[in-house]
Amino acid sequence: MLSPEEWEAVWLTLAVAARAVGFGLPLAVLMAWVLTRCRFPGRSVLNALVHLPMVLPPVVTGWLLLIVFGVRGPAGALLYDWFGIRLVFTTAGASLACAVMVFPIMVRSVRLSLDAVDGGLEQAARTLGAGWFDRLINITLPLASPGILVGAIVAYATCLGEFGAVITFAASIPGQTQTLPLAIYAALQVPGGEAKAAQLSMVSLTLALLGLLLSEWFGKRLNTMLGR
Amino acid sequence: MSFSVAVRHRFPAMQMDIAFDVHSPGVTVLFGPSGSGKSTIVNAAAGLLRPDACRIEIDGKLLADTRAGVWVPPEQRRCGLVFQDSRLFPHMSVATNLRFGMRRVAPGAIHFDDIVDLLGIGALLDRRPHTLSGGERQRVAIGRALLAQPHLLLMDEPLANLDDGRKAEILPYLTRLKTALKLPILYVTHALDEAAQLADSLVLLDAGQVVAFGSVSDLAARADLPLARRDDAGALLICRVRENDAGRTLTRLQGGGATFWVPLLDLPVGAECRIRVPAREVILASRPPDAISLHNIVPGTVRRITDDTVRRSVVVEIGLPEGGLLSRVTPDAVVRLGLSPGSPVLALIKSTSIEVLGG
Repeated sequence: MLSPEEWEAVWLTLAVAARAVGFGLPLAVLMAWVLTRCRFPGRSVLNALVHLPMVLPPVVTGWLLLIVFGVRGPAGALLYDWFGIRLVFTTAGASLACAVMVFPIMVRSVRLSLDAVDGGLEQAARTLGAGWFDRLINITLPLASPGILVGAIVAYATCLGEFGAVITFAASIPGQTQTLPLAIYAALQVPGGEAKAAQLSMVSLTLALLGLLLSEWFGKRLNTMLGR
Repeated sequence: MSFSVAVRHRFPAMQMDIAFDVHSPGVTVLFGPSGSGKSTIVNAAAGLLRPDACRIEIDGKLLADTRAGVWVPPEQRRCGLVFQDSRLFPHMSVATNLRFGMRRVAPGAIHFDDIVDLLGIGALLDRRPHTLSGGERQRVAIGRALLAQPHLLLMDEPLANLDDGRKAEILPYLTRLKTALKLPILYVTHALDEAAQLADSLVLLDAGQVVAFGSVSDLAARADLPLARRDDAGALLICRVRENDAGRTLTRLQGGGATFWVPLLDLPVGAECRIRVPAREVILASRPPDAISLHNIVPGTVRRITDDTVRRSVVVEIGLPEGGLLSRVTPDAVVRLGLSPGSPVLALIKSTSIEVLGG
């Protein structure tokens, strides 16, 4: 049904999204924990920065990434000089662009679930001798896990459709950075490419639907396990 | 085994200033209406609340002292706390909940199997907290707190969320616990029956102040305390079983320096029990009546007479050799008998109105 190049685009999309969520989620959990449990000056600024990609045009986010992580950018130059890592126009770069775009989604979802954790249980753990890290690992995170997992799945599904930031920062290189939405766009640019675009769109639709159904199902399962 | 607590805190509506020292194991009950500052004391002792000024010491170990700048965080205090709403961890089994605190301290005198037996929770170990009844949940919460090897056990209205049936189910466990463990317990409640059954000493609180502090039998027999103005006021006496007369189906108890006959008990001779003598069930007389069904005619001396204008009655405090009784009568009765502090009097108590509260 799909040609080998089209399969490649599908697999590439799944891999890029997996890396974006895999690296982004732990950071998102940490950020959400800091934003809910810590009081410090500049907290609202940090909060705004985290949520910026949600309201910025994706092209702008991509362009900002180019400036910061480009080979001559402040972060990009360091990465290149020290580790020989180049992010622009690479698969890793596509993952980074996706991760930045879905970061606010993950932080929001984790925050909501952290807020929903009963503070009384953390107090109880405290009187039983559990320090802050102990409480985070054994009480707070397990109780917030449904929200964290659902957030991750939704973020993953969103990554599959990321377009503007990816094409700006990582370009559209088949087999390297050309994910599904980029491939669909490329197909539409070629005369007679509508059939291919339609096929890829169907794949995209199926994946998105699957992601949403999965998140629903997992959320319910975990909540039952927690006795809610 | 001793602990001392002093807490000063300014609330919008009241100024709280409470201090007391306890020098024996056993249960100290903080008793008072809601808003009197009971829970604040418990939370300050556990370290969950930081009052304006406080000093808390357990067994010579200073946990908090505002003046010296000492504040041991809750996780290092070794104060077990049983909450009103049990707060079991929903993602863990009962056994894992029980072991939560235990795993975080060095092994101590309190063992897993003993606690499971003592609280009767052996059958629940594999269950999840949300499948337990309220009473079972509270028993598990008590076990969890105890297995963390606390130096002081704090209980914040542990039975307040339970109906009378569940309460009656747990109280015997608490009584057993109290005798089995040599652990000071600070128990918060506003329910008189819990205080009567469990307390060794009593701290009466009202509006952030200590109204009275002393042994439970001393305070329950004082006519000048708010306790005596309650509808269910009554003296509390720690008694020993002296004789079980199966033929007459009566048990003779000795307590407060007096003898009491009650309907036959299932306790062996020599066993300790507490009895509550409701004030409104005590009749006063100046001469022993004859030809009467009554078993208990207890001689004593009037110590104090206080008015209860709300109920148009007076409360008479009767001194016994080692304790006292309360009697609620009308002002007219006091005049007719010519009672005043110092006059001898007989307290007439039906054996069936004496409430036996167990060990």
